[in-house]
This record gives sequence, C-alpha cells and structure tokens, in this order.
Amino acid sequence: MPEPLLSVRGLATHFVTRRGTLRAVDGVDLDLAPGEVLGLVGESGCGKTVLALSLMRLVEPPGRIVAGRIAFDGSDVMAMDDKALSRLRGRGMGMIFQQPRTSLDPLIRIGNQISEPLMQHAGMSRAAAAREAIALLEAVGIPAAQARAKSYPHELSGGQAQRVMIAIALSLKPRLLIADEPTTSLDVTVQAQILALLRERCQALGTALILVTHDIGVVAQLADGVAVMYAGRVVEQGSVAAIFARPAHPYTQGLLQSAPVLGARRDRLNAIEGNIPDLSQPIAGCAFAPRCEARAAIGQRCDTDPPVPLPAGQDHMARCWRLAAA
Amino acid sequence: MSGTLAAAPPSRLAWVMDRLWHHRSAQLGGAILAVILLSAAFAEFIAPHDPMAIDTLRRLSPPSATHWLGTDEVGRDLASRLIFGTRYFLMICLVTTVIAAGAGTVLGLISGAGPLVADAVIMRFVDVLLAFPTILLVLAVIAILGPSLLTAMVAVGIGNIPGYARLIRSAALTVRREEYVEAARALGASELRIIFGTVLPNIVSPLIVYTSYAMPLAALAAAALSFLGLGAQPPAPEWGAMLVNARSFLFTAWWAVAAPGLAIFAAILGLNLLGNALRDVLDPRDA
Repeated sequence: MPEPLLSVRGLATHFVTRRGTLRAVDGVDLDLAPGEVLGLVGESGCGKTVLALSLMRLVEPPGRIVAGRIAFDGSDVMAMDDKALSRLRGRGMGMIFQQPRTSLDPLIRIGNQISEPLMQHAGMSRAAAAREAIALLEAVGIPAAQARAKSYPHELSGGQAQRVMIAIALSLKPRLLIADEPTTSLDVTVQAQILALLRERCQALGTALILVTHDIGVVAQLADGVAVMYAGRVVEQGSVAAIFARPAHPYTQGLLQSAPVLGARRDRLNAIEGNIPDLSQPIAGCAFAPRCEARAAIGQRCDTDPPVPLPAGQDHMARCWRLAAA
Repeated sequence: MSGTLAAAPPSRLAWVMDRLWHHRSAQLGGAILAVILLSAAFAEFIAPHDPMAIDTLRRLSPPSATHWLGTDEVGRDLASRLIFGTRYFLMICLVTTVIAAGAGTVLGLISGAGPLVADAVIMRFVDVLLAFPTILLVLAVIAILGPSLLTAMVAVGIGNIPGYARLIRSAALTVRREEYVEAARALGASELRIIFGTVLPNIVSPLIVYTSYAMPLAALAAAALSFLGLGAQPPAPEWGAMLVNARSFLFTAWWAVAAPGLAIFAAILGLNLLGNALRDVLDPRDA
C-alpha cells in the first residue's frame, strides 16, 4: 500500500448527555490512499455520519472526539488550531451532505456561494472567482451556467442543488471529498447521474472520495475499497472485489444477502434479525454477537472479548473471532 | 424549460416591495410615514411660521387661516411646531432603534451562535436588565446622565436591548443548526464569518418584524419621558414636550393639546400599520 492520504487510529467520538454517554464512534481504524474511492457502509445509526464529521473535526457539543489519531496528508488533524482547521476544511477536505437543498444558504445566489470560498481561501479577485464559478458550474453539468449562477437555491431541483454542492466542495481542489449519503434524498434516476458525476470529477482532480452510504449497490458500482461499520466500529475493510466475493464478517455477509439482486427472483429479501445495540451501554464482547448467526460455532469469546482486526486475505481485515479460529 | 430557468429571478427585495405596495395597511402606514419624512426634510419650506417665534398678542388663538392649528400659550404657531417636531420624532425612532437593535443583535448573535460561555454570560446580563422594571431602568439612566433628549433616547434604547437580544438569540439558535451553516463550516469559514456572514442575513426577517413593533413603542416611551420633563426640554418643538405646558389649558384651548397629541397618535399608528404589513409580507409561514 502506498503512503496513505488519511490514516485514522482508534478514533472515538462520544456524546455525553444526561442519559449517559453515547459511543457513536468507538475505536475506528481507517486508511485511505490518495485518489482512492472508499465506500463507508452500515445501517442507520451505526456512526457513519459522526465518523465523517469527526474526520473534519466538525463534531459539535455535546459530541466530542475523546480519543484517537487522525493523520491527513502528513499532518496531525487532532493537533490543529482553528486557523489550521480552517485551511484543512475546504482546501484539504471537502464535504457534501445528504440534503443538498438545505445545505445551500437560501439567501445567496449560487454563483456567489461558489465564489465565496475561492476568494477566501484561494485569494482570487471577485471577477476571477465569478468566472471560475461559472466554469465550475459547467463542469458539474449545469446547463446555461452563466444564467443559473444568478439563481437562488430554492429555484434548483434536488439534483441540480447536489451538483452545485459538488461544485462548491471541489472548487478548492481538495485532496479528499467526504460525501455523506449524497444521493439518498434524490430520485432514483438522478442518483446514478450524481454518482457518475462524483466519480468523474474526483478522478479529474485526483481527489480521494469517502462515500458514506447504506446502499451497498452504490459501493459496488463506484468504490475501490469498502469499510463496513457496525455500532461505531469498522468491522471489515478491504477491496471491493475481496469483500463482495469473500465477505469475512457475518454482518457483511448479512448486508450482502439483504440487498436485492437483479434477475435473481426471491419472494422475500433476507433481513438481519434484531436491532443495533444500545450505544449508551458498554459492550463487553463483539457488538454484533446478539444478532450473529456464526456465533454459536465460535462460543464464549464473542461475549467477553471485543474482536481485534484479523487478516482475511490480502489488504482485507475483519473484526471477527471466526477468523482466529480458522 | 431552459427559457424560464434562464431568466434572472427578481431579487427578494423587489418581491417584498411589490407585496408591500399592494398591501392595504402598508399603503396607509407608508403614506403617514411619507408625510412625516417629507415634513422633516423640507420643514423650512413647508412651515408657515417660525416654530420658535413668540407672539404674545396671539396667545392661545384658535385655528384660523393664518394659524392652521392655532397657537400655544406664548403665541407660537402649532402647525409649524408640529412640522419641525417630525425631526425630533424621526431622530428618536432612529437613535433608540440603533442602540437597542444594534447592541441587542450583536449580543443575541454571539449568545445564540457563539461559544457556550458567551451565551451564559450574556444571558445573565440580559436577565439582570429584564429583572428591572423598564421604567426604573430608564429613570436610573436619566438620574445618572441628567435629563436631556439624548439621555432619554439612550435610556429607552438600553431598556429595549433585552427584547432584541432574546429574539435574535432564539433565531440564531435555530439558524445555526441549519445544514448550510454546517456546510459553511465544512468549507473552512471562520466562526465570525459564520455568525455575521451566514447566520445574521438569515435572521433579518424576524429582526425587521420585531423592529417594526418595538420602534413605535420606543418612540412613545421617549415622548412620555419628554412629557415628564425627563427628555426634550422646552422650548424644543418635540411633541411630548409640547404637551407639558399645553395641558394646563386643556379646557380653554383644546387645540394646543390636541395638535401634538394627535401627531403622536398618527405617527405611531403609521409605524404600526407599516409594521403589521411587514410582518404579513416577511413571515415565511405566509409566503
């Protein structure tokens, strides 16, 4: 593996509330190569979004990063002061959100929303930034960009708004783009277009992409690597080929089986029984154990020891004691 | 589709003005305010007499062709005094609002969108201001600074800070949770830039609406202070101060009281009507 662009070790983000401490992210390790597309998958509430926000240190109280190291592009993100963080956000990492229309300031014309960071971070003049904004709008496939730059966000469709968000997030040519469920709120027909656009723009700029999603099909289509999250941890990480061909963690296996397959007619989709555990309670062993079908074969260890990352193939690891037994 | 989309949209300001133009109470309120503004701007040309000229031979003369609204107890022309009084009225509106809205907005923004420590400190300060009855607070400020029109305006302005601060804080608390604030932060915008560049513009509507309701009350309070002798001092043609001496002649020369009294009434009514219209036009639930 080449020198990673992003390296996360033992990252933990907790929310301290009156009803207890919620361990939204609890010991995440993650590596990302420059230009790599990583799919971060997991069901709702498993900590995907909090992890994404933590990477940019955007978690707000009562949430707090309580432990861990984040190395990005050779610098220590956890040690950054406000000024360095401001440089990191936008220039180093960009982010796009689930709801594109509410992610745009409703009072500012979209052209100005694109040129604002260009003036602030890249030191462009107003005129140059305005020209660049129109070029960026064209690059993300907005027709009649010159005229559309004068539009307000409420005049855009969801797909167009997400295109604008992509233009803004990539305007400073960041080395990493974090897309938090970028297509969840969009029409199915538009989803594919936006994903293709994301991939095309990131490739053109050499930007690495972390695609947060619960749609495993999207990951298969777009990503190089996959990280599967469960209950605040990355339980399996590897290349798309490896994980889709030989999923090592029972949770990943369940996820793959629960996705519909075109052409293979089944009366019912498979579901993983049970719910995600209560993250405000400490978990002694493996968080997935209560729902795990393989647990019976492994035994006691699942309830007492949290699984450590174990190799499941080349560049492929999973946190499951089954791998230790094999 | 591209034809309609390509047309540049009208600005929000133009849209608001257009709706105001067709709003019944905005028309009436706007007309009253326009009369006040024109009177203030061209008082020297409109006023038939010198507002300060004393004519003891024509004391308390009833309305006539020469003195449209009659004269006061030293023979000064009431119409001219009302016309020049518009300047005091506008100045009071402006100064009290600038003090109250300015300080209240800054405090409310920092409190609602800034660090938690600042919120705690500012809100305790506002609580202290609120714990005093406003009139006591105003009288205390005047007792310290001495009675004058400026003091009265400052005092009323300070008395109105808590209302603005509370309003802006709650609006800022709502806006700061919006995704576009998070998005701005993800683009590396500084905290100050987010507070004043993103949050502030998005709470202008409630600010305008609140101002339209607080400003007439502040003007009324300042007039009341002048009436009590704690604001504008005679012989200034300030409407509240004009009432002071005239009230002794209520039964013999009613016009001396009616003129400034009705002027205050009309001006406040105009502001309120305009404020109501603004509320209708700017309320997002109604749009």
